[in-house]
Amino acid sequence: MISQVFILSSKGDHLIYKDYFRRRNHYNHKDLYFLHIRQGGLYWVATTTVGSSPFAIIEFLNRLAALVKDYCGSLSEKSVQMNFALIYELLDEIVDYGYIQTMSSDVLKNFIQTEAVTSRPFSLFDLSNVGLFGAETQQSKVAPSSAATRPIQSSREQGGKSEIFVDVIERMTVVIGSNGVLMKADVEGEIRVKCYMPSCSEMRIGLNEEFSIGKSQLRGYGAAVRVDECSFHQAVRLDEFDSHRILRLCPSQGEQTVMQYQLSDDLPSALPFRLFPTIERDNGGRLLMYMKLRCDLPPKRSPLTFVCLISLSQELSSPDQSAELKPQSRAVVWQIARFAGGTQLSALFKLEVPSLSSASMLEVGPVGLSFELPKITATGLQIRFLRLSPVQPGPSQRWVRYVTHSDSYTIRI
Amino acid sequence: MPYLGGEETVRELRRALSNPNVQSDPLRYRNTILKVIRTMSQGVDVSGLFSEMVKACATVDVVQKKLVYVFLCSYATLNPELSLLVINSLRKDCQDPNPMVRSLALRNMTNLRLPSLVEYVEQPLTAGLRDRAACVRRVAVLGWAKLHNLQPSSEIDAVVVNELYSLLRDPDPVVMVNCLRALEEILKEEGGVAINKPITHHLLNRLKECDIWGQCEVLRVLQRYRPQSEDELFDILSLLDSFLVSPHPPVMAATLSLFLSVSSSLPAVSLAALERVSGPLLAACGSGSREMRFAAVCHIQLLLRSVPGLLGVHYKRFFCGYAEPAYIKERKMQVLVELVNDENVAMILDELKGYCTDVNTDTAQAAISAIAVVQTMRDLVWVCPQCSDTVCLALEGCEETLQDIQGRQALLWLLGVYGERISSAPYTLEVLIDGVRSEASLGIKMELLTATMRLFLCRPAETQDMLGRLLHYCIEETTDMCMRDQALLYYRLLHCGIEETRKVLQGRRSDPSLGVLIGRPTKPVSQWARCFNTLEPLSQGAVEAESASRGSPEHMTYNPKPNADLSDTLSCSHIQEIHSGES
Repeated sequence: MISQVFILSSKGDHLIYKDYFRRRNHYNHKDLYFLHIRQGGLYWVATTTVGSSPFAIIEFLNRLAALVKDYCGSLSEKSVQMNFALIYELLDEIVDYGYIQTMSSDVLKNFIQTEAVTSRPFSLFDLSNVGLFGAETQQSKVAPSSAATRPIQSSREQGGKSEIFVDVIERMTVVIGSNGVLMKADVEGEIRVKCYMPSCSEMRIGLNEEFSIGKSQLRGYGAAVRVDECSFHQAVRLDEFDSHRILRLCPSQGEQTVMQYQLSDDLPSALPFRLFPTIERDNGGRLLMYMKLRCDLPPKRSPLTFVCLISLSQELSSPDQSAELKPQSRAVVWQIARFAGGTQLSALFKLEVPSLSSASMLEVGPVGLSFELPKITATGLQIRFLRLSPVQPGPSQRWVRYVTHSDSYTIRI
Repeated sequence: MPYLGGEETVRELRRALSNPNVQSDPLRYRNTILKVIRTMSQGVDVSGLFSEMVKACATVDVVQKKLVYVFLCSYATLNPELSLLVINSLRKDCQDPNPMVRSLALRNMTNLRLPSLVEYVEQPLTAGLRDRAACVRRVAVLGWAKLHNLQPSSEIDAVVVNELYSLLRDPDPVVMVNCLRALEEILKEEGGVAINKPITHHLLNRLKECDIWGQCEVLRVLQRYRPQSEDELFDILSLLDSFLVSPHPPVMAATLSLFLSVSSSLPAVSLAALERVSGPLLAACGSGSREMRFAAVCHIQLLLRSVPGLLGVHYKRFFCGYAEPAYIKERKMQVLVELVNDENVAMILDELKGYCTDVNTDTAQAAISAIAVVQTMRDLVWVCPQCSDTVCLALEGCEETLQDIQGRQALLWLLGVYGERISSAPYTLEVLIDGVRSEASLGIKMELLTATMRLFLCRPAETQDMLGRLLHYCIEETTDMCMRDQALLYYRLLHCGIEETRKVLQGRRSDPSLGVLIGRPTKPVSQWARCFNTLEPLSQGAVEAESASRGSPEHMTYNPKPNADLSDTLSCSHIQEIHSGES
């Protein structure tokens, strides 16, 4: 099924090349198709014949990238280069003669012998890596993103901290029309478990008790946590789900997505951001864009990274913001480091546009927002409890983290 | 990437590998081998190190062994005699107490791909099929397939084939699936594995034990099966129902392919399956993986050929994300155009308008063409005049960027019919009229002529001059007889008077009797079922040509009445004579 696998850098350099020797004498290069995905700034390529399932090949490449990430700790050109021997070993065990044998890290841990090489030793207090689940120094301690990027242990080593991370990650897609009307609001969410606890045989995850699935005409009292559709990993047992909203599974080492869900159009909370734009032309023929941005989150919650992209001189309302014009993408990028909930920010952009006509005024927009909201879920989904059995000997850490980030938040002008 | 100093590196590595101090230190030895592999993966030719690497094969360090095998399997075909030296070491490992070592040795023996080694490999492979460890049996089964590939002309012993068939009942699911794969290859000339009723039912019963890759393989092979009765068919379908709605897209797609193939004689069952799978397929369109989303959207396009109304209510899922890559946006727009109906047409047009100013010019053009196609494909303005205001607004400023012929024809038709409401209409037409000599498409020229005439009737002052120039070109200069005839017709109509011209030209602008938007005819599922879950839907670029080839709707119904004054053209009676003469 798979003829060859390549891992290429973003510039196209061969980092890894594995051939499964499926060619026969009459095979000519026109019969081979290339399929690729982009992950971690790298291209993951497989060659195959036209009759192969694209879903299977894409899923294979996604899982391969996830396995490499699990084993190497992180995904980058550097980590692939440092761990090429491990990756060849993986490619040898995962696929035999072009046929996928297994991609489960539990099974593979018995076969993979090479150890991972990481660039620096893992430390919980490493605050330099701000990204998904960036650290905060205030009241609550949140594990930095590097905490979950450690490589999974091979079967022989017992060192390293025993930890489990349960992440609820939601992606928001919103389109607000030029008249301010909400055209579309979708949330796609996942519960991901990252397990670095070799002795964990079963875990039970409890969701909100009022969690319901499907569109219902009934509106109950109190805030309902509802999703339209929900699907579970093959290995999750649902015998306690109907009654108590508990998921049971035996987590394998590394990362797995336990549950996926989506919600369209009926978000329980208000949209986090609203924009009030005004576009004008001044007497000197310049384009004036006045943007008033309001954050409707509760005051204690504030987004961590915030970038406002406006396609198409700066007067910004506070010093910790910056804006720049990016000519190649014809966009103005407005970066806001700290945006407190319940506040409003404004900016005035003056652009010199040669031969500005009324038709070109129509070309301004839309505005795209890119943000990350830690400790918030748009659907209100919460993990009530996390129970592991058998009871873990020795110290072990459990982390539950929530984040909602923008997939595509578009405001038309 | 050219690697400078490759030869020097190879020399250094050879020195290190032959150094007895290195050979006696396991860690140093392993690290040197690691360097060889790294150099190899950077594209340097290290085949000169073959004999040194053969010596490195005899080690207890499994990591080192694996690295050496990676090297040997790449270069063995260049060194068949030296490779023979490795065989002894490999055969010894095939009898190692550790099953991992056994399976590793067996796999690499078959990966060496040397016809001269076949006689040494057959015995361990036969023993491997009966090994007590599942991991060894898995490797042995595929080993036979590799052997067959190596020597396709020589037959694999019937005894082995029988053994492979019996291993379909192996307790380990991966062994079972590997047997399917091996038999499919070995028996390719005979049409692959014999999929009969007992094997089918056995495989179906064990489907749940397999992981998603195993399930996909089984479902693929079972496509050949033809149930012997309708009862059996429905039994199979109900057993597979949970796989049809699997959250794993590969399994869902493979199950649907199987459904469509076994129920090919029962179109109602096929359609029911399509409805069932629409939920999971839609979910895949929102997957976190962009490439998965692309594959899902391409496959939705297939489904829409047969059940166009299936996803109309979910049209919002195909709105494009701001930062989505262009290749996904293009397909989503194609889907949006297909999902247009009475309720959502205004929303969809509004959304498409938003994409017209996309930074990526291909995307912007695709959006504009999509708007134009919505008009011709759905006969929108023809059927529901209330939407024409939206359309007119959307068209302002579109003209420069439309490239394709159908889109431009559609635009010209709209400019002619609704020209009074589009302020820039005469100027657009004027530009085209001035460039008519270099216009290649006859269809565009004809449409231009008709549109200019129509616009003249409602905005005579602005259009008179350009109409005169156009008519002059068409009558005096063009070599196209159709154009000349049409222009002559219009010229004479104008001579008859404005009212006469108006009666003929201002044809029906809408047909109020047609309440529902008419789509294009649905295709039977069997037409595309074969290419579902293959790479074909991803490589098909544009929407089918048949939809847009109709040009303006009027060409279907406009029949100029024969006029006695037009003595230059053939009269109807003349045509009838010719036809009767032929029959």
